Amino acid sequence: MKQGVKSQEEYQKRAKQHVPKRPVVSNSIRAFLVGGLICEMGQFLQQVFITYFGFNEKNAGNPTVAVLIFLAVLLTGLGVYDRIGQWSGAGSAVPVTGFANSMSSAAIEHRSEGLVLGVGGQMFKLAGPVIVFGTVAAFVIALVKHLFHLAS
Amino acid sequence: MTFSMTFVWAFVIGGGICVIGQLLMDLTKLTPAHVMTVLVCSGALLDGLGLYEPLIKFAGAGATVPITSFGNALVHGAMAEAEQHGIVGLITGIFEVTSAGISAAIVFSFFAALLFRPKG
Repeated sequence: MKQGVKSQEEYQKRAKQHVPKRPVVSNSIRAFLVGGLICEMGQFLQQVFITYFGFNEKNAGNPTVAVLIFLAVLLTGLGVYDRIGQWSGAGSAVPVTGFANSMSSAAIEHRSEGLVLGVGGQMFKLAGPVIVFGTVAAFVIALVKHLFHLAS
Repeated sequence: MTFSMTFVWAFVIGGGICVIGQLLMDLTKLTPAHVMTVLVCSGALLDGLGLYEPLIKFAGAGATVPITSFGNALVHGAMAEAEQHGIVGLITGIFEVTSAGISAAIVFSFFAALLFRPKG
């Protein structure tokens, strides 16, 4: 009995040694580099829209986001974005390009189920939660803020 | 001078927000979808507290490109419209600012599904 407990403990110890450790530090460094680079591209595009296309600080964000999304969808279609994602983890998932990637990859993947049920129905499979919770949270927060404004 | 510093902070803050997402994935049991949801709600909350706009002024695209800015933009749209049209504006204004992102993602993704075949 005693030996049994001991060998169980030993087994747990042994098993723990063989569980692959999550490389938290190197994952974070990768996420930082790729995420930072995507934002840097956004900053560069924004500057281009302000300097050459007559946008200002306030409205240059819209064309910038649209171009980033276009590039992300294109790279997703070519199968490149998902390969980047395997290396960078959250670095390519957290920027708005990752949002576009989740939608376009779902749309492409489910194309074989038809345009309506496949593409239309599955496009928001991954992006849906973000929109739903973002919208509900934003509504509640804006409501509270608005009522505060009215009261004061 | 401020021009070049924004380029530095865009990288640092944008990368930093991605690291927060990565740490949430690695150190907790949250799935990527949960992490994105947490980040969007955080962005909305930060804007509610009036903290996200200063971050955008400071880091430019480093604050507007990560998904947190989606939450910020939703609150912003709702607040701006509510100031003009009262409480109904909360509903009508919520997608005002994010329209570009969502419309672009839907339209481009639809055409991508027509053009490309699944890989791997």
